[in-house]
Formats: sequence, structure tokens, C-alpha cells
Amino acid sequence: MAELNISERQAGDITILDMSGKVTIGEGSVALRTTIRRLLGEGKKKIILNLSGVGYVDSSGIGEFVSSFTAVNKENGSLKLLNLTQKIQDLLAITKLLTVFDVFESESEALSSYK
Amino acid sequence: MSEKKTELNLVSRLESVEAAAAEAAKFAERHDFGDDVKFAIDMAVREAVANAVKHGNLLDETKQVEISFENRGEGFEITVRDFGAGFSVEEVPDPTNPENLLKANGRGILFMRSFMDEVVWSNHAGGGMMVRMLKKR
Repeated sequence: MAELNISERQAGDITILDMSGKVTIGEGSVALRTTIRRLLGEGKKKIILNLSGVGYVDSSGIGEFVSSFTAVNKENGSLKLLNLTQKIQDLLAITKLLTVFDVFESESEALSSYK
Repeated sequence: MSEKKTELNLVSRLESVEAAAAEAAKFAERHDFGDDVKFAIDMAVREAVANAVKHGNLLDETKQVEISFENRGEGFEITVRDFGAGFSVEEVPDPTNPENLLKANGRGILFMRSFMDEVVWSNHAGGGMMVRMLKKR
């Protein structure tokens, strides 16, 4: 079984990636990178990472969130985070990345933030 | 009571990160460490072994990563040794500085220090670097 499963859905021009598993060094980080590159190639620049099913992230996974964020920004898009577990929130606080990412607890709020 | 110390020698490849974390979890379970300690050691072992494999041994599969887990009574001690050229931990950029926030790498040491009570790097007499970490019960 894959370390990280990513399923994709659209809400208008916004792409929501429902992620489950682990975003860690190796396979998990690569899966996210590949998906983000493909979406940007398809012109999809409004992306929400729904992390409700992600139980574990290491420093490589946090780095991949940052890389995704900067890659999307470079294309004049916007990447936001949804449904963080307490542990992932703690990691973002330790790394001071809560000041960088837009973080939401409800999908409707995340979607509205693009209007 | 199960054995007080476990030692592992793993090949320098990324899969060894998961293998080391799995062994750490088993050791912690056998020695009745709590969930907070288990989470901390899982994070620290993954980051330390990833550093040893990638930055220490430069993914050279002819080099080993030597790991030990020990129940020291006061807590869970981890050592991870690589066979690389070594580095000065003081020279590693602070990933929380504003100019480094958007860098993709460089947060592993911050996580190790954040989750463990003691983290000390040293040059090993036989070559390479060793990090010793302790998580108190």
C-alpha cells in the first residue's frame, strides 16, 4: 500500500486534494510533489490540501508543503491547508510556518477564502 | 524484563528510516514508554537516521548507519552514527529565521531538538558523526 494516498476533486476552479497516510521522506513527499506539478501543468492554481487523513509528517514532508506552496505561488496561484491534526499544527508552529500558510478548519471557509 | 539495549546496523538508503523507526517503536513498547515518549522518539529516530543516510553517508550504500536504543531508567536514549565527513551543528542555518522559512530543507535538527530533552553531536573516535539523544520518561 502506498505511504500517501491522494484523491482529487474540483469545487469550481478550486482543486481539493484529500490526502491520507504519511507525508515523509521518500515516497510520500514525492507523491505530493508529482501531483502539484501535474496540477500546475494543467493550469490548476487554486489548491487546497485536505490533511484530515494525514497522521504523520516529518521534516521532509513539511519541506514538501513549503515547496508546493512556493511552486504554486510562482504560478500566481494559492495553496491552502485544511483540517490539520494537532500534531501537524504543532510542527507548523515549531517551524513558524503557521505564519506562512493559510490554514482552515472548515472546507467551506477554505473555499470562500478564494472569493 | 526485556534487554536494556538494542543495536542495529542499517544500509544507507531511505528505506532504513522506516526500518529504524519500526525497531524504536518495538523497543519503546517492550519497555512501557508512554505515548508522548513514543511519538518523540519516532520523530527523532526518523530525522536522525534520515540525516545520517542523506547528509552523513550521502546515500552511499557501502556505508552503514549504526543505531542504538537504550532504556536508561531516566528515559529512552538513542544514538545514531554515520560514516561521513561530519559537520558543525552551529553552522546549520536556523530554519525559523525569516530568510529561511521558505526553504525546502533544514528542519530535521530543529525537530530533534524540539522533541527530545537532550541532543548532543560528537565526532566518533572511529570516524563519522554520532548524535546522542535522550527523552525522559
